[in-house]
Amino acid sequence: MSDAINVKNISKIYPGFELKDISFNLPKGYIMGFIGPNGAGKTTTIKLILNMIQRAGGTIEVFGLDNIAYDAEIKEHTGVVFDNHYFLDEWTLNDINRVMALFFSNWQSSIYREKLEQYQLNPAKKVKELSKGMRLKLMLAVAFSHDAKLLILDEPTSGLDPVARDELLETLAKFIQDGERSVLFSTHITSDLEKIADYITFINNGRLIFTGIKDEFIDSFRLVKGGKEDLTPDVKAHLIGYREYDSGFEGIMYTEYATLFPNLLAEKSSIDNIIVFTYKGTNGL
Amino acid sequence: MKITLSNFSGIPIYEQIKEQIKSQILSGELKEGDKLPSLRELARDLRISVLTTTRVYTELEKEGFITNIQGRGCYVLGEGSELLKEHMLREMERNLSDALKAAKIAGLNISEVHQALDLMNEDKQDE
Repeated sequence: MSDAINVKNISKIYPGFELKDISFNLPKGYIMGFIGPNGAGKTTTIKLILNMIQRAGGTIEVFGLDNIAYDAEIKEHTGVVFDNHYFLDEWTLNDINRVMALFFSNWQSSIYREKLEQYQLNPAKKVKELSKGMRLKLMLAVAFSHDAKLLILDEPTSGLDPVARDELLETLAKFIQDGERSVLFSTHITSDLEKIADYITFINNGRLIFTGIKDEFIDSFRLVKGGKEDLTPDVKAHLIGYREYDSGFEGIMYTEYATLFPNLLAEKSSIDNIIVFTYKGTNGL
Repeated sequence: MKITLSNFSGIPIYEQIKEQIKSQILSGELKEGDKLPSLRELARDLRISVLTTTRVYTELEKEGFITNIQGRGCYVLGEGSELLKEHMLREMERNLSDALKAAKIAGLNISEVHQALDLMNEDKQDE
């Protein structure tokens, strides 16, 4: 099985923030959810993959090609959807058709027009007249019109209503149908990923916490709960992060440790809780 | 094929799908030679991970319910399948051993268990 993305030990240093030793790979034909709280380094990682910023160390391959040496080839086949769009506000959707044909050698106007119609976008409209949901659809239409083999989405669902989010998930599920196309999807709305993602990469504070199969990710943590008196120093030492309240506590623990404390209630955790309590734990809250 | 998933049952998604396909094969709703949707079609329809549907089909194949023909897809194996027979045999042995345990606790001897089994068999044939 070949990889759409293969990131090895990459790092990036900013004043006050360090992305350190991040490694993961996205096999071809699958969807990876890229998660972590704001400021964890998700967008930095994505920019490094897209060769938009310089890395301090490590290697990145996209479609098995070095992402710097083969920058142009990779961009031809990569579609990006960012929270902020990258078009000029004054462009009409027709203008975009002409401009993109200059950028991409494999640009297909017929598909672009088809997609606009399917997404009910008026080609005469200007970018600035589009709602957030419509801009997302525009970026998807562009990605599909140059036959992208890899779709990288950075927080595409923030600010979208449930209907638009559902449509996006449907689109992604169709996108990977032939087993040749892959999706890297950064989001903090984890309910989007709970079912559809095949793989999860979780980073926190610039460090990799987990990368692998989603089911294994969810299964490697337990949400444990107990009364106040159950929160012994031994329990505390094994908790990744927790929250204490008048009548008890709840927190996240690795599944292997949870069995050491049979007196605690241990249940399957949502992805949200894993992120929240890991954040609390590493930040000493 | 009909699949209905519950988000609240606490049973893992892959297990829900597996059990539903199994029971449809055993009840005859899915027949020998029926083609199952591809891994990616099923994942798309149910909005779940391809890895989840892969696990379902792999386990069903191991247990002898379906067969994966490279490049053509997954097909239901009929009652004639040796693997399925083997699986049902194990299932029967497990249930009988449970029945024997219960009989022992209830203080029944083996001939009474035989009688009960014969009676049940007659009832089944009347149906």
